Amino acid sequence: MNWLDTILQGVLLGGLYALFAAGLSLVFGIMRLVNLAHGDLIVLAAFVILALVTTLGVSPIVGALIAAPLMFAAGWALQYFVLNRTLGKDMLPPLLVTFGLSIVIQNGLLEGFSADSRRVSAGSLESASIALGPVNAGIMPLMTFLSAVAVIVCLNQLIYRTAVGRAFRATSDDPATAGLMGIRPQRIFALATGLAMVVVTIAALYLATRANFEPTSGPARLIYAFEAVIVGGLGSLWGTLVGGVILGIAQTVGAAINPEWQILTGHLAFLLVLLFKPRGLFPRAVD
Amino acid sequence: MSLVVPSWQVETRNKTSAPFGLAAVATVLLAFAVPLLVSRGVVQDLFFILTMLVLAQNWNLLAGYAGLISVGQQAFVGFGAYAMFACVILFGADPLVAVLIAGVLSMLLAIPTAFFTFRLQGPYFAIGTWVIAEVVRLLLAQWKALGGGTGTSLPREATRDMIGVGLMRDLFGMKASAAGDALTYWIALILMVLTVGFVYGLLRSKQGLGLAAVRDNEQAARAVGVNARRMKAFVYLAASFITGIAGALIYVQKARISPDAAFSVTDWTAYVIFIVVIGGIGTVEGPIVGVILFFFLQNLLAGYGSWYLLMLGLIGILVMLFAPRGLWGLFSDRTGIQLFPVRRLLRGGSLNRAHKGVPHG
Amino acid sequence: MALIETKGLKAFYGDFQALFGVDIAVDAGETVAIIGANGAGKTTLMRSISGVLANEPGAIVHNNAPIGALPAPDVLARGIAMVPEGRKLFPSLTVEENLLVGAYGRKAQGQWTLERLYALFPVLKERRKSPAMALSGGQQQMVAISRALMSNPSVLLCDEISLGLAPAIVRAIYAAFPSIRASGASIVIVEQDIGQALKVADRVYCMMEGRITLSGRASELGRDEIHKAYFGAERHELA
Repeated sequence: MNWLDTILQGVLLGGLYALFAAGLSLVFGIMRLVNLAHGDLIVLAAFVILALVTTLGVSPIVGALIAAPLMFAAGWALQYFVLNRTLGKDMLPPLLVTFGLSIVIQNGLLEGFSADSRRVSAGSLESASIALGPVNAGIMPLMTFLSAVAVIVCLNQLIYRTAVGRAFRATSDDPATAGLMGIRPQRIFALATGLAMVVVTIAALYLATRANFEPTSGPARLIYAFEAVIVGGLGSLWGTLVGGVILGIAQTVGAAINPEWQILTGHLAFLLVLLFKPRGLFPRAVD
Repeated sequence: MSLVVPSWQVETRNKTSAPFGLAAVATVLLAFAVPLLVSRGVVQDLFFILTMLVLAQNWNLLAGYAGLISVGQQAFVGFGAYAMFACVILFGADPLVAVLIAGVLSMLLAIPTAFFTFRLQGPYFAIGTWVIAEVVRLLLAQWKALGGGTGTSLPREATRDMIGVGLMRDLFGMKASAAGDALTYWIALILMVLTVGFVYGLLRSKQGLGLAAVRDNEQAARAVGVNARRMKAFVYLAASFITGIAGALIYVQKARISPDAAFSVTDWTAYVIFIVVIGGIGTVEGPIVGVILFFFLQNLLAGYGSWYLLMLGLIGILVMLFAPRGLWGLFSDRTGIQLFPVRRLLRGGSLNRAHKGVPHG
Repeated sequence: MALIETKGLKAFYGDFQALFGVDIAVDAGETVAIIGANGAGKTTLMRSISGVLANEPGAIVHNNAPIGALPAPDVLARGIAMVPEGRKLFPSLTVEENLLVGAYGRKAQGQWTLERLYALFPVLKERRKSPAMALSGGQQQMVAISRALMSNPSVLLCDEISLGLAPAIVRAIYAAFPSIRASGASIVIVEQDIGQALKVADRVYCMMEGRITLSGRASELGRDEIHKAYFGAERHELA
């Protein structure tokens, strides 16, 4: 067995998990909302891409480009018309409403697409690979990882360098005072969820082309995303990438020892971090 | 002028609770006679209602009173069921003894579980409980003696020779299978009564008052000396114990187990949350109303498969958005009726006379 | 005609009534002080005008338009900015970012820019990269005032800006007010420090228990009169 190869695969898999997690992290950071339907929304986006690819005959990437604005609109509307009503001191309503949403999406997809496993073909890209020193990296996994880095760079630029990003952080600090600055928290929340859905679409592109997925794949994606966020430490997107990489490596190493252990070793790595570093590896100084 | 010292009394009784208490006792007594009066199918339906009600009361205790929103209670249903199977298959224990052992083992599992999940704040606690349930499922799926990923069945003779089955055969002339169903039904009935009694007793106790204080404002509760962490841990362990027993009992009746079924998020968490939300979270009555409604929906619509689940999800969302206190909350607000009153009323002295005839202060 | 006025303004927190028909009027370019003891309703009045609390539409009128029911962002868009009680800076933002966020909802042309505000409070330029909460209380108050000015308001509401600050710091902050007045903005200040209020204001309203008990030109009000309105008639003057 080639350990170097296993670890490289784990790092690249971590990119996928960071993509799963970035949207969750963004939404939590701005409105302290944990969306239990996050994984199901990723799977929903994967089915949207699948439908676009099969009906329009476009490539998966074009499919994702068409799906992204649709998902943005869906996320915006979901937040503005439904989830905003649940925000408040009590964390029960948002959790239960998004849990209900998770069940609605899963069963809606089961009705629309049946329980079959699906996959979106990426053509020749699927098998293409390039040599990185002594090991080979698949083009798709590499693109996934680079996309994760690009998404994090873009989100950080947005949050720390733009007026909208300032409004995000101000609203996160104190929605009432943000209102005095002319910021409408309800719209900021909707915008943030819309953006998270764009990231979700990017994650879905790679979920759909790299492996099989089915209507009930969502909860597992939510759990990986959540583990990446907690391992990295709340509030740091780069930490989330590191968290995803740790999870990815744990899973590929586990799978290399015994294929049945892949998911389990990922969870155990998460529990170990929780045991020794309860606030994650890169906790934010404040808060 | 003579000084009259009014005698104050704190009580939770109200005018509907006494007749309701009598009716409840009568209903429970009648329920004990049910297996002798109706068909096996009805007994099995009632068993389903009772066990779901036990799970719902536990989840309600966690989420509605202790603020511990778990989406991972399937960990204890599945673990209890597997513990019972292990006791029966590996050690030849009687299934009913195994059910009790399963409850104790579930509570022991809750100790390390709480150690991890209690480190997660707020909403992340919810997903943390889910991860734990996944870990337990994946670990048990590795246990080849209990069928690994595909699962296994209870040996026929284990349920046939269960304590009490022989007695019932002699007494009522029941077949072994019918006697087994009646037996699990009775235990479920006892478990339900004990659970409701425990939850209600806890809420009426001093600890229950502390729990309510913690839920409403943890910092303020701490400031007046409520040990929030200890209260939450106690509730979490108690709920694990009862949930484990319920899980084991359900699988004595099912007699066939697999990791995917025993740790099903839909069966043991989604349904349970639906029952509590629709009935009314944070009340003892809510889950009772919820489970009855759920049972009828299940029988009417379960044939529609995914559409049914989709509809349950939508109903749950709508109730949470527009009637967050559920059907019982709506009813109770309109009528002022509380069957399990936990609100404390100050009675005695002049206040009592002044407020006479005004229900629920 | 007044630029902004309240007409029989009532305000409630749930069942608790905090304002019982308050009438005040502020002309363009005028500085008005609202004084009164704790709990008199001064902050409630500010929160009502700024849109944090919703009221009857006609209870607050700005440029002849009813604005009582508008939410805070819409009130700001009309050129009414507030310096909230307790400063309420955004901890996640630097000093400069706090200022920039002040212009988020209203990018009006006017005399206030980042540079002009740095000229008004030079210390803020030195500390512009610091997290807002790393500054001293007085500096934080300067940030809060500057943040409100970034929207170039025609009405500036200042709620208790001297609260908890040393007298020398308070003087330094009020030293900026002539420049703010010179920009043409009307200013409403809520103050517990009567001396400071009389010094800076053209007119004064005194509040007690949710009502206006006294109003007049700052130069014409006597100390006795103010004390009566401030503490109630039966109280003796406190030395």
